[in-house]
Amino acid sequence: MKPAPFKYYAPTTVEEALAHLAEHGYGAKALAGGQSLIPMLNFRLAQPSVLVDLNNVSELFYIRSDDNGGLLLGAMTRQRQVELDPLIAERAPLVHEVMPQIAYPQIRTRGTFGGSLAHADPSAELVAVSIALNGRFRLRSQAGERWVPADEFFVGLFTTVLEPDELLMEVALPAMPPRSGGSFLQITRRHHDFCIAGIAALVTLDGKDQCEQARLVFLSAGDGPVIARQAADMLVGQAPTPEAIRAAAEKAASDEIDPGSDIHASAEYRRHLAKVLARRALTQAFDRASNI
Amino acid sequence: MDDLFTVTVTVNGTQYERTVEPRLLLSDFLRHELGLTGTHVGCEHGVCGACTILFDGQPVRSCLMFAVQANGHEILTVEGLGTMDNLHPLQEAFRETHAVQCGFCTPGILMSLLPFLEENPNPTEEEIREAISGNLCRCTGYQHIVDAVKLSAEKMGA
Repeated sequence: MKPAPFKYYAPTTVEEALAHLAEHGYGAKALAGGQSLIPMLNFRLAQPSVLVDLNNVSELFYIRSDDNGGLLLGAMTRQRQVELDPLIAERAPLVHEVMPQIAYPQIRTRGTFGGSLAHADPSAELVAVSIALNGRFRLRSQAGERWVPADEFFVGLFTTVLEPDELLMEVALPAMPPRSGGSFLQITRRHHDFCIAGIAALVTLDGKDQCEQARLVFLSAGDGPVIARQAADMLVGQAPTPEAIRAAAEKAASDEIDPGSDIHASAEYRRHLAKVLARRALTQAFDRASNI
Repeated sequence: MDDLFTVTVTVNGTQYERTVEPRLLLSDFLRHELGLTGTHVGCEHGVCGACTILFDGQPVRSCLMFAVQANGHEILTVEGLGTMDNLHPLQEAFRETHAVQCGFCTPGILMSLLPFLEENPNPTEEEIREAISGNLCRCTGYQHIVDAVKLSAEKMGA
């Protein structure tokens, strides 16, 4: 099939883009890299009457330091740029590690960091990693700006808190706390497939080598990213022994995720994978935290 | 309902100007508006790689772009790689190692490999397989394609 007809705008500024979105509301879709949206248009799973192409809004393409050792990424920054950027490698090693696993090189030359987040696929690597890293997102409409923490941004299947007249402008990734370690693991049948199960983990050790904080985010385990808060709470204040890690992984997989069954995997198999991945990811994250 | 847009784009060194609907995919623009049918259409959702072209030097899925987005940009397709009398070394290598059977995947793989070989003039087998992981081939089983890349790396560099 081919896309249904639409009206097309190619603004060069954020203000122009916001004006188009404000005018057309639910009828309009913002076009970022197009690597997730255009397939939907090609299959007519989506038929927006208006497309607002952001690819000429140069003010949205950047990677910068903030004043606190963290990073600010413009929403339209190409995934390939993020993959190659030395600041990202230094300050957000989990992002650096994940980038080559996202789709294929050809997808990453057009796909954008913010586009993946706004699209909110439950198996999106950047969605889980942004939450694990305690990212914050700056949203803007003609009415003003607001910041939303990553763990409040995703509310359902392909659904975020973005209003129809709002754009995701920027992602702020804070500096990793000292003695932190991250891990990202996913199971795919072939390299670069959408994952059957996946996890992003970030842990921090305190001065006594006990867990100070932990964040576990599962992919492909529900309608959106699933944050295993109870499992994380179990680890806080404890030494990260294999037993403690195993118990947390069991808790997360049994009680906190809600995977579905489809042609790729059954819910039970996903649950089993989630438990194994959680154990491996936590082990790796704690190892990395203690090796700093 | 649609307005029409004028697209000015340089393809394989030649500038073209056409007036198109915004929903016309870049792949269909190259094939139907410009008659450059070397770029193939396999899946139209970004997984097969048959439509891969170079957009401002970068490998891109032409089925996941609209022609209007190419306005003012530069494109290289397989037709721009070489001619029958003057094949690109990569194309020579594909011929020598029997890396082409039906040929449907071949243009997309060639275009994906060009920037890869520029950045990695001496790749390992693992790096080559990773580089073509975004291109599906139903005929060859990939081994001869990998051999072609190794042979071409020898021809082109070192």
